[in-house]
Amino acid sequence: MSYDINAIRKDFPILQRQVYKRPLVYLDNAATTQKPESVVNSIVNYYHHENSNIHRGVHYLSQVATEAYENARSRIQKFINATHRHEIIFTRGTTEAINLVAYSFGKQFIKAGDVIVLSRLEHHSNIVPWQILCEDRGATIKVIPINEAGEIDQDAYESLLDEHVRIVSIAHVSNALGTVNPVKEMIQKAHAHGIPVMIDGAQAIAHSTVDVQDMDADFYCFSGHKMYGPMGIGVLYGKEKWLEAMPPYQGGGEMIDTVTFEKTVYNELPFKFEAGTPNVCDTLGLIAAMDYMEVIGMDAIAAYEHELLSYATERVSAINGIRLIGTARDKAGVLSFLPDGIHPYDMGTILDKLGIAVRTGNHCAQPLMDSLGIAGTIRASFALYNTKQEIDTLADAIVRVKEMFL
Amino acid sequence: MNIGEIEAQIIGEFEAFDDWMDRYNHLIEMGNDLPRIEEQYRNDQHLISGCQSRVWLHASYDDGLIFFTADSDAVITKGIVNLLIRVLSGQTPDVILHADLAFVNTIGLKEHLSPTRSNGLTSMIKQMKLYALAFKTKESN
Repeated sequence: MSYDINAIRKDFPILQRQVYKRPLVYLDNAATTQKPESVVNSIVNYYHHENSNIHRGVHYLSQVATEAYENARSRIQKFINATHRHEIIFTRGTTEAINLVAYSFGKQFIKAGDVIVLSRLEHHSNIVPWQILCEDRGATIKVIPINEAGEIDQDAYESLLDEHVRIVSIAHVSNALGTVNPVKEMIQKAHAHGIPVMIDGAQAIAHSTVDVQDMDADFYCFSGHKMYGPMGIGVLYGKEKWLEAMPPYQGGGEMIDTVTFEKTVYNELPFKFEAGTPNVCDTLGLIAAMDYMEVIGMDAIAAYEHELLSYATERVSAINGIRLIGTARDKAGVLSFLPDGIHPYDMGTILDKLGIAVRTGNHCAQPLMDSLGIAGTIRASFALYNTKQEIDTLADAIVRVKEMFL
Repeated sequence: MNIGEIEAQIIGEFEAFDDWMDRYNHLIEMGNDLPRIEEQYRNDQHLISGCQSRVWLHASYDDGLIFFTADSDAVITKGIVNLLIRVLSGQTPDVILHADLAFVNTIGLKEHLSPTRSNGLTSMIKQMKLYALAFKTKESN
């Protein structure tokens, strides 16, 4: 089946708009993706026809909403190929999912002297929750270095894996550089030492098929809004054996079985980790986004985006005085670069005026930027609806900005 | 010139340009023209850190007036720093404390003063006002 980019673009109303009287060229998809009409409609439909609080009402609407919500859990189980539906925990997003694991896994399994292994290219969301845990427990973080291309140093990784390491937490895809990390191999190496691995899938989930059983991740998490779904909804996948062993993250309604002032018995999985009224509406929006992606086909999306990224890499690196930051062999979705002699803020400002949305700065990855010896980059990040013409617009605009400043 | 006259002058300069591109070219020129801060003050002590660009600011007090010098690593930020210094440097602490800097909006550059830009400019203005308050307090003691 051919990839009908014109039809796809029509599904996203925001792509038709103008900024500063120019057609919007939206290349900030690693920050958040735009939403297709079907996702917006699912949200409207929910509040028009189905809204009710779930799991507790005997009335009709409550049953409709409960069924929709629990079907969504099964849908996500299939999307990432989890073994059990109760291994799917709804969160507000990737950040909350990592905080949940750092807190609950940490409370049960981390003690003074233990080690947590992270990589140099992690987003702050996959650093700070572990730092908070380490401060609390007297544990330490060890950091896997990266090479010049922005790839994790696998030899250094193996040398860090010893009897003190309790968990490894790694991005599937780097948000700042686009590096696709060999997570399956890295998980195998950790498992050889009996160490569980958490994968931050925020930047991977929209770009190719994720199979948590195949990669054998102990925890995998992602955000709905980076995969064409709504903001405020995300997923934590955890292997049953870990989730069963971990204490709750937050207390409240839904997560309990029986409550007395003497003793509360917690609910079973997955509800143990879902305190309070859940975000039913956005969960349904997330499902609409998954449906949308699967109709196009994850393989078709991956192939199309690969072509876009190759084209962008070729066009941008051909411009004199532009240095690519992150040249890993395996990359997805992100082109980070720096112009010689022009500050990223200056270039980003003028690109914005030309209707092009890119991100400038350290991309919430200060330790990575420090290790690369730079303050930040300009990042263009791609989605299933971007076009080669938009990349031409970007490349032409970069040349124009250079003429203004140099 | 008083602060109102300087602001009017700047607005006049920018009104001459119809096109945003020309306005930015003018801003870039002003960024490049900015008298650099003396090297001894271009240090961490005078650094106002934004996540996007960095600003260095130095203030001195002479005969009731405050004089600012500043620099930034980004040219557009520097251009706006230049404007702010033209308006506020050489003024009394009271004038600086009460300056609303609405001219930045009038010339169509207000987005650069948004805290979400985190380019160091909002923090710089805050710092300028803090200097004004400090010198004023020192004077009255």
